[in-house]
Amino acid sequence: MFAYIIRRALYALPILIGVNLITFALFFVVNTPDDMARMHLGMKRVTPEAVEKWKVEHGYDMPLLYNAAADGTAKVTDTIFFDKSVRLFVFDFGTSDSGRDIGQDISQRMWPSLAIALPVFVIGLMVYISFAMLLAFFRGSYLDLSGVILCVILMSISGLFYIIGGQYLFSKVFHLVPVSGYEPGWLAWRFVLLPIAIGVFAGIGASSRWYRTIFLEEINRDYVRTARAKGLPETRLLFRHVLKNAMVPILTGVVVVLPTLFMGNLILESFFGIPGLGSYTIDAIQNQDFAIVRAMVFLGSVLYILGLLLTDVSYTLVDPRIRLS
Amino acid sequence: MIQPVILWTDALVFALVAVVTIFAVYARKKEHLRAPWRQVVRSRMAMASLVVLSAYTVTGLLDSLHFREALPSQDAQQEVQYSGNVLSVLDLLLGPMRYQDEKTYSAPFATHLYTKETVVGEDGESMRVTPRLKYGGAHLADPQADRTADIVERLVISLLQTLIVMLAVGLLLALRLARKRNVAVSAALRMMLMGRAELPWRTTLGALTVLTLVMLLIANFSAAWHVFGTDKVGKDVLYQAIKSIRTGLVIGTLTTLVMLPFAVSLGMMAGYFRGWVDDVIQYLYTTLNSIPAVLLIAAAVLMMQVYIANHPELFETMAERADLRLLFLCLILGITSWTGLCRLLRGETLKLRELDYVQAATAFGVSRATILVRHLLPNLVHLVLIAVVIDFSGLVLAEAVLSYVGVGVDPTTMSWGNMINTARLEMAREPMVWWSLLAAFTFMFTLVLAANLFSDVVRDAFDPRLRR
Repeated sequence: MFAYIIRRALYALPILIGVNLITFALFFVVNTPDDMARMHLGMKRVTPEAVEKWKVEHGYDMPLLYNAAADGTAKVTDTIFFDKSVRLFVFDFGTSDSGRDIGQDISQRMWPSLAIALPVFVIGLMVYISFAMLLAFFRGSYLDLSGVILCVILMSISGLFYIIGGQYLFSKVFHLVPVSGYEPGWLAWRFVLLPIAIGVFAGIGASSRWYRTIFLEEINRDYVRTARAKGLPETRLLFRHVLKNAMVPILTGVVVVLPTLFMGNLILESFFGIPGLGSYTIDAIQNQDFAIVRAMVFLGSVLYILGLLLTDVSYTLVDPRIRLS
Repeated sequence: MIQPVILWTDALVFALVAVVTIFAVYARKKEHLRAPWRQVVRSRMAMASLVVLSAYTVTGLLDSLHFREALPSQDAQQEVQYSGNVLSVLDLLLGPMRYQDEKTYSAPFATHLYTKETVVGEDGESMRVTPRLKYGGAHLADPQADRTADIVERLVISLLQTLIVMLAVGLLLALRLARKRNVAVSAALRMMLMGRAELPWRTTLGALTVLTLVMLLIANFSAAWHVFGTDKVGKDVLYQAIKSIRTGLVIGTLTTLVMLPFAVSLGMMAGYFRGWVDDVIQYLYTTLNSIPAVLLIAAAVLMMQVYIANHPELFETMAERADLRLLFLCLILGITSWTGLCRLLRGETLKLRELDYVQAATAFGVSRATILVRHLLPNLVHLVLIAVVIDFSGLVLAEAVLSYVGVGVDPTTMSWGNMINTARLEMAREPMVWWSLLAAFTFMFTLVLAANLFSDVVRDAFDPRLRR
């Protein structure tokens, strides 16, 4: 098991290098740092001196891949590629284009993100599974049919409408919770309550329908029929046998997103003004802060690969037949 | 004088129409593809959603025929100059909705502006009043008294027109069915209405009736009213929502069109050749997959913005620039979304290549390219089809989110995402402006719901695991 994890971690390395090369190509080769400087300084009447100054200030004044002017190892290390991309591997994110330390920002903003994403994940999983179990229990009945139709209707509504509608109803009409904002510590509950509820609700349609299909597939298996023939009550059958076995496909889809919860929910956070990583990313995109976008791309891929690894490990936990080798 | 304009996405949209037509002709001859389609058209849900989807498609196609009008020239000798404003055939059909702009916000079916203005009266005294609209209900002498009567009158006219149109359509369809089945028209009509014909005629006709009614309502009302009100600069909101249809459809379909060749060829190659080819392709899609989709799209779109901003000379009109951005968005969405289908096809090919008939073909010395194209591809078509249909609604929804993040379509392109994005700020106004949001919601929800219902039926019909 341990050896497997090590091997998988090593396998992740080429993927991260690939991610890095893609982002590097996107950010520095398609458009040169000169283009970026011009973009940031505004298009009209940019003097070459101003462009040069911007590049020096933000550390983009080096050659891209190979520095012929330097000597020794500095030929490779004094380049944009080394300075901006390779350093990411040791989680040295550098400073953003507006001059803030990205690493520190991330470690601060991670917690508000988690305060939303983790409850949405946990409560959501429970709600979706319970709802799907309910539909599977009454399969073929009108309750099941109307439940599925409800799911299709719910998943046809853009997530933006849930947020806008929820904010309007609960904050503006009923004045139950503040419209947006955040406060560190335990007082945050007032601010995160609505985003969590909306986050859970927005996912009901797609997830419940998917889980219902998984449950129904499992219910049609032979072992279920055998157990039923032996006189096991339907509820016990559903909760003990079907649920346990259906956890395998559910886990594959779910564990992979677990680490990426750190990245936060982009839309929820920015609508509710929560200072997490999601709104950080959106702000960076809207302010065209390329350093932050680059850092978040790298962080996102690391977490995704971690998720893949976790998925494999969790398989062995829920299904003893699967062995990692 | 007009000058036809073929934008990039227009060309691709019509290329897509060609591909679909070729596929339809191909599928007509193959029983294994015809049978599931027969099952699809027999489903009531599929036919109802098909009616809705085709209405959207026709609107989108009409909106893809672009042209530029000639500017009136004073001098006959002078070379004809064309307006920088790119119009489409749909604009002509929508007529006055396009240019009957008010001053600013007005509510649906309003006769007066939504906000008060200071007006200096005849006696030199300034008053705060809400002025009459320039076009909305302008034909009424006394809006307070006549408004309801006018609305009811137009409603009744629309209902009567719908009745006439639907009677004609129903009779035509019955005639066709009668000739096909060689029975009397009355018998065919009875078959259709009693639900004894092969196709679910009652549902189809019902959906068609609703659709005709909606179209006639729009036609009758928009001549004199702003059905969904007007936005901040006085533009008709209904017009924007209708124009957004094309954007939604383009993103939903072209994205798939650009991703399909990659997903199919790479997925099949990985599954068939295995070994290092498989390793490379798997590495490729794991790498692409591991970058959070929104961030990859954002990074690519940001880079393209810089490129467009630095090369303004490449684009003759605003529409061309916006169009290129739309196309690029489809490309980049395609790059982030092909991995799922690729993985699926790889797994299926791995399974298929071990089957006896493929082994036999190999033993006969059939070339590998032929095996891939003639023996494996036809058995993967259903997976591709299911993926295409399922992806569609997700992509339409994704457009709204991306526009909100600021990396979606060009701000000048009319899209539901842009409408929601501006409407979001208007919600905070006091009194609230809600109609843009409602219009975007209605149009988007109808399209996505129809697509979801349709894709359900298609999946059930084509998935061999579900076929009994």
